[in-house]
Amino acid sequence: MRHLIIRRLLPLMLAVAIVPVGLYSMGYAQAQTPKTLVIAIGADQTGLDPQTVENNESGFVMSTIFDSIVNYKPGSSDVGPGLAESWTISPDGKVYTFHIRHGVTFHDGTPMNARTVAQDVDRAINPSNPCYVLARKDVDTYDDFTFGTAKDGTVAKMDVLDDYTLRFTLPQPNAPFITSLAMIWQGIMSPAATKQYNCDAGQHPVGTGPFKFVEAVRNDHITLDANPAYWGGKPKVDRIIFQIVPESATRMLQLERNQAQILADVPPSDYSRVTGNKDLKLYTAPGLTILGVAMSNDLGPFKDVRVRQAMNYAVDKDAINKGLYGGATTASQGMPPVLWGYNKSVEPYPYDVAKAKQLLTEAGFASGFSTEMIVYANPRGYNPIGGAKLGEAVQGYLAKVGVNVKITQYEWGAYLDHYRHTPWEGFAISGWSGDNGDPDNFLGDLFEWDDVAGHQRTNDNSRHHDVAYDKLLVQGRQVTDQAKRADLYMQANKLLHDDAPWIFINHTNQVRATRANVTGFQLNPLQMFFHMEQVGLQ
Amino acid sequence: MLKYIARRFVQLVPVLLGVSILVFVGIHLIPGDPAELMLGDKGTAEDLARLRHQLGLDQPIYIQYARFLAGAVQGDFGISIRTRQSAIWEIGQALPVTIQLSAAALLFAVVFGLAIGVFAARHPRSLADTGAMIGVLVGISMPVFWTGILLLLVFGGLLGWLPIGSLLDQGMAWHHVTGMPLVDGVFTGNWAVARSAAWHLVLPVVTLGLASMATIARMSRSTMLEVLGLDYVRTARAKGVVERRVVSRHALRNALLPVVTLVGLQLGLLLSGAVLTETIFALPGLGRLAITSILARDYPVVEGVVLIAAAIFVLANLLVDLLYAYLDPRIRYA
Repeated sequence: MRHLIIRRLLPLMLAVAIVPVGLYSMGYAQAQTPKTLVIAIGADQTGLDPQTVENNESGFVMSTIFDSIVNYKPGSSDVGPGLAESWTISPDGKVYTFHIRHGVTFHDGTPMNARTVAQDVDRAINPSNPCYVLARKDVDTYDDFTFGTAKDGTVAKMDVLDDYTLRFTLPQPNAPFITSLAMIWQGIMSPAATKQYNCDAGQHPVGTGPFKFVEAVRNDHITLDANPAYWGGKPKVDRIIFQIVPESATRMLQLERNQAQILADVPPSDYSRVTGNKDLKLYTAPGLTILGVAMSNDLGPFKDVRVRQAMNYAVDKDAINKGLYGGATTASQGMPPVLWGYNKSVEPYPYDVAKAKQLLTEAGFASGFSTEMIVYANPRGYNPIGGAKLGEAVQGYLAKVGVNVKITQYEWGAYLDHYRHTPWEGFAISGWSGDNGDPDNFLGDLFEWDDVAGHQRTNDNSRHHDVAYDKLLVQGRQVTDQAKRADLYMQANKLLHDDAPWIFINHTNQVRATRANVTGFQLNPLQMFFHMEQVGLQ
Repeated sequence: MLKYIARRFVQLVPVLLGVSILVFVGIHLIPGDPAELMLGDKGTAEDLARLRHQLGLDQPIYIQYARFLAGAVQGDFGISIRTRQSAIWEIGQALPVTIQLSAAALLFAVVFGLAIGVFAARHPRSLADTGAMIGVLVGISMPVFWTGILLLLVFGGLLGWLPIGSLLDQGMAWHHVTGMPLVDGVFTGNWAVARSAAWHLVLPVVTLGLASMATIARMSRSTMLEVLGLDYVRTARAKGVVERRVVSRHALRNALLPVVTLVGLQLGLLLSGAVLTETIFALPGLGRLAITSILARDYPVVEGVVLIAAAIFVLANLLVDLLYAYLDPRIRYA
């Protein structure tokens, strides 16, 4: 009997194994849903409530679902109308009055007006709100960055003047406030949804944007349907699917086979594969990033500005950017050229070994010195090849001017711990992706010393301290006129270049690929998929 | 027999306890905590302190473990740090995908491995035998990540015969019963889903099952060769039993015993191979969940995934032990 079972089992097992082929021949090919745009991304979103997440993938999806009070203009980091049609700023730079758009509803039918917007913002600023975001567990939020906090007395005050007028009063003038409001992390969620899902609508997002949330299957895909009533115009496709495909080779094949129409990121090794295929299109734009090698401005030989400048002369940035970064823009100052306030008259330090040696000699290091460098291995948005490869390239150049560098590589978590919380001496791979498209978000966050508190700001990890520079940054926040601010930041960038707190390396490009039949697609410096209502399929 | 099974289940408890301690200590030893990784290169020292406090990371490690254990015995691994969903929900979404993939890969490995092994044993030292064994050697030698990319490039990209990654065709939704699209599609009579799921499974199954198939083929060839040379087989042949029956009825069953042991061990290989296979083919399974959770130091999910994988492995080996008794009447458990 048992023999019989085994004998019979084998053909049955074989039959089961070939079921897929049989099923396919039954007519697998079937009509696809018309006008579906598939965007392949590398990782899953971790939640879709704008105030409670900070990762790119969540932002990609949310930028199709939500509007903010103001939105970035298409393809730009400049601020334009969003849920507010217009706004005014008081001459002292403290009072922002927004005139809210009429006739807009959230995807769940809740009317959008000054009151409902205020209800959503209230959980960012009001500690007695039951859904106060800063008191929630595990939450990664920009609320304190944008609105300040009640705890340290920096929080913005909000008033609803009437159904369509909303006013914010800041305790101090803070010019970047308006650009911070445009961030996807300040997208406005229907207060009804927040209430319905007990303060956490992260898996049931309801916005006012061009696409409505349909479903999210963990680690697989997120489906969104067009919102035909979108105030910015009816979307040109019926559906967007964000497909999660972790392996870049698989993503590329999906694009080539038209299983996906847009790739959110393309590794430099695949650029030529896209440009060489007439069915595909490569989009490249300067990114809102900066990459450099930070030096310990307060320790070791690096206390001397001549040594820091020498390091900048000693490294051939152009060669590194061409060879390792697929043609990234060489950096000369503290922020990328895509931002206003960039000082075009400041050129990158040229590759000049003789000049480097001369400066080192003047500083008393004619025979060079030995020091250390900390690096990480993994790629970052502002550093697609990872820190170790950049570190090795820089090490090679510095050896030529007599500076011997010992590299220590850390795993990313350990790197952050070491880089941010210890007084390291030597070099550290450093970089930044912009949050809100304001110059202060680069120059202030990365290089400013908090003169009131008496220590460097959180991300000034090179411990750069220049009183004249810090004054310009403070002024930049107090003035609201953009032209005047731009002038201040240009001066600050010149000072920063001369003070050389980092070896300024590059600004990476933002690169995406699409099928050639995708129309109306524009890269935004903030990297998000803004204005997807304009994207169609021919 | 029942007593034996009960005893084995009781033995599961110390095994899982040991695994949980090892994983807990192991993941806490890796530098960088979840709060630090959540903030990345942004955020202030106050943000970091707030997050650490909210996540309970400022507590001593033994308190953190005790808290975890108290929840785990009730089937509650806690809340995922990364997604704020319950860890058991996250695992529940991923587990069926991995079960479907591993079961299909195991089936593929056993069916083709046995077929090749038996065939080669029946024609020893023939050209076909040598060819099959060379093929098998190649199969064992190829790492999963390489096989996967190769198959994807050839059958997905170059020839375009098979879909590239994912569970189903894009935009296809299905009624979740077991969470395995192929099974659900068949049970609910949704043939479009079943078809799509099966078609999407072909490449991952071959990728994941290839090395196991090759191992099973080698093992079944050598044991089959040995059994075919035994006296009782000669007797069967002398009695005039036809060769096909000698192989299938008399020899195969005795040759299966070591193969069954091997199959049990292969399950561990399949579970670890699933990590890479699921990444290459974009399948939302347990392996992918493990990777993303480890990278984010999502302690509750990592603990849950490892404990469940360990339990599956132990239970599969119990099943193998029970199968021995079925295949070999001399083995009895008490």
